[in-house]
Amino acid sequence: MRILKNPNFNFIRWRWHAVVLSLAVIGAGVASIVARGGLPLGVDFQGGTLIVLRFEQPTSEDVVRGALGALGGDTVVQQFDNDPRQIMIRVPTVGEEQGVGLEATANRIKEMIQAANVGTFTVENQEIVGPTIGADLRRKGQLATWTALGGILAYIWFRFRFSFAVGAIVATVHDIAVTLVMLNWFGYDLSLNVVAAILTITGYSVNDTIVVFDRVRENLRFSRREPLETVVNTAVNQTLSRTIITAGTTFLAVLALFIFGGEVLRGMAFTLLVGIVTGTYSTVFIAAGVAILLSKRAPVPATTAAQARARRKA
Amino acid sequence: MYKNLRWKLITIAIVTALAIWAFMPPSEKVKLGLDLRGGVHLVLQVKTDDALRLETETSSEALQEALKTAGITVTAPPPSSATEFEIQGVPPAQDAQFRQIVDQQVSVNFDYSASGGGTYRFRMRPNIVVRTRDSAVQQALQTIERRVNEFGVSEPVVTPYGSAGSDQIIVQLPGVDDVARAKTLIQNTARLEIKLVETGPMSDQASLLSAYAGQVPPDMEVIPGASATPGDPTTMFYLVRRTAGVTGTHLRNARQIVDEFGLPAVGFTMTNEGATRFGRLTGENVGRQLAVILDNRVQSAPVIESRIDREGRITGSFTLQQAQDLALVLRSGALPASLTYLEERTVGPSLGRDSVRAGVTASITGLVIVTIFMLGYYRLAGINAFVSIGLNLLILLGFMAYLGAVMTLPGIAGFILTIGMGVDSNVLIFERIREELGHKKTARQAVAAGFDRVFWTIVDTHVASLIAAGFLFQFGTGPIRGFATTLFFGLITNVFTAVFVSRTIFELILSRRPAGDVRLSV
Repeated sequence: MRILKNPNFNFIRWRWHAVVLSLAVIGAGVASIVARGGLPLGVDFQGGTLIVLRFEQPTSEDVVRGALGALGGDTVVQQFDNDPRQIMIRVPTVGEEQGVGLEATANRIKEMIQAANVGTFTVENQEIVGPTIGADLRRKGQLATWTALGGILAYIWFRFRFSFAVGAIVATVHDIAVTLVMLNWFGYDLSLNVVAAILTITGYSVNDTIVVFDRVRENLRFSRREPLETVVNTAVNQTLSRTIITAGTTFLAVLALFIFGGEVLRGMAFTLLVGIVTGTYSTVFIAAGVAILLSKRAPVPATTAAQARARRKA
Repeated sequence: MYKNLRWKLITIAIVTALAIWAFMPPSEKVKLGLDLRGGVHLVLQVKTDDALRLETETSSEALQEALKTAGITVTAPPPSSATEFEIQGVPPAQDAQFRQIVDQQVSVNFDYSASGGGTYRFRMRPNIVVRTRDSAVQQALQTIERRVNEFGVSEPVVTPYGSAGSDQIIVQLPGVDDVARAKTLIQNTARLEIKLVETGPMSDQASLLSAYAGQVPPDMEVIPGASATPGDPTTMFYLVRRTAGVTGTHLRNARQIVDEFGLPAVGFTMTNEGATRFGRLTGENVGRQLAVILDNRVQSAPVIESRIDREGRITGSFTLQQAQDLALVLRSGALPASLTYLEERTVGPSLGRDSVRAGVTASITGLVIVTIFMLGYYRLAGINAFVSIGLNLLILLGFMAYLGAVMTLPGIAGFILTIGMGVDSNVLIFERIREELGHKKTARQAVAAGFDRVFWTIVDTHVASLIAAGFLFQFGTGPIRGFATTLFFGLITNVFTAVFVSRTIFELILSRRPAGDVRLSV
């Protein structure tokens, strides 16, 4: 079975259209994020309290929300894991969350729910993050992302050439931006797990890109006289079936995680799903496009005829 | 004929067997993180300023003692900061002698300068500041560890958190339900001091100081505490001697006992030095009251009936649990500095179990989906893919179990991603083989060319992901680290299985056929 016999789509021709589409999506997303006051930082990065309660009897979000009215408008109450007996409550940092005060909010929540007679409950999960740690984690998360990108840029530069490296990084940053936008639109918080997934996407997106670049490098050895656009386009087409199959199967595997993996992993699975899609898209349109653009400024270094002959023998 | 085929198969068999031996049975060999087991994760900050302040105060007092013995009268206001103190009123005639004593006593740790008029200012040397902070954190680590061990938790984790010189500590208590009790136990400074009572108890400070013209004399202090009648919640005040006769450092042991009313209490025994001091204190002051002070609050103030050397007790309105916990805390030693909690995460055990089940279901589903697809698209070569991916997961599990790496919920997501990476590598290889077959190569040539051409691509992609995983490991703690670990090792084992194992299987199949054969189910 074969899905594409010798494909020859002209991807490169559409690269500017793709850039416009990407900019539009990212632009709209950024506007929406700015409008709501910043990225949806979870408790991990903002500091605050998150509690998951399991009630004996099924209960509704509204009942719990009513009981916690006095806590203020920032409180989020949601059903957890599609289980009518589990409720997740999240309260961002309220003043001093350190020392003795760290669990004050958590205790207040439990007291208020008990006072409102919503029902007997047990605490399934409790996460309290003080503001110092929250800021700490935020800083570390950004540092990790940027250094990972830097490391990958260096490696690709070393193995291929600078314009390719820049292309790969631009594609990856594009993927991260689109993912953040999607997280915002679909209402997912940035938690530690989600940031881990984002870092994984950087690796995955670069994966795809390297496969194409590798093919380009190989083709360049044999057809130095063709314009770079053609060589790149051929490479993309040659690796197309591999790209689609890998993206498709990994997507399906992560989909299994999204559906069966439980609520705790849902944000992470969603991030990976989005990342796989944009990773493939960005490899074909963005990375290749940027690499071509930059290579036009710096001429492709010519291998000597002898070297080319030697390689062909191998 | 393929050379070395037998050795390759034997290697694969051995590696697989080792891996299975390493992680079977999974319930014992695979270390689960807190998010899968249930338990508590805490991040504490050691307030090292406390330790500095203590050092400064102690040095100031020691210096004053030495000066008094030498007959030099000075005044010393309470230290203005954690690292500075002053001595005032040094008579000019005794200046040289003063300096001599200072050099003997404190100049090792403190720089000093004269600010005129017989006043000297002392500041702790910067390297001593660093050393005191570090040793405070070290001591806190050890004390917390002792307490946590006594708490009866299996495999607790107490380690420093953050870069070197950080004052933060991570405490992980798997399987603990009573978070509040654990936190109190850890945080309890447990500073025990026994001081002589001058006056008290009185219900307000003014009447306490009436004999001293409303001023607190320099060698005394006012401390609040419990009233004399048990069960009475009002706070009373005591005027006590400032220097403690005996402190918690002089305790050899502490245990929960029952007092004469049948109420829980804590009994303690002294070390030799403690016994000497206690004996002197009680022997010289029969008939007076001794204040038993815990964390700057008077627990009780019994009258000394006769000289006591070795034993003492702390009474108060303790529940049985509180008395036991207090004894535990006293046994483990006092904390050198107070602790604040910065972060707290608790996972209930049922959520942990649910998460394990969900993760395993997702992994198996993912593997099944992938295998069905690979069989459909690549025909029999799909079996090849299944074997190499399956072995990949087995070896990964074994590797992690052997290294004692912790499996967390995101780590399970890492497993799923490893399946994805495995598919990726296999697809790369199979597509290349198809291409080579399309160029009319024989099956053996196609397989060889496929693997050779693709090898460096696989290495490149894996290195890039390894870089990302490496930084993830640096950034993360707990669950994220588990994910980075799984990803990292998964990538490494993937190179082994996708390149070595997969190729061996192909060669095995092809070795049964004549060399020029073009048929290959891929």
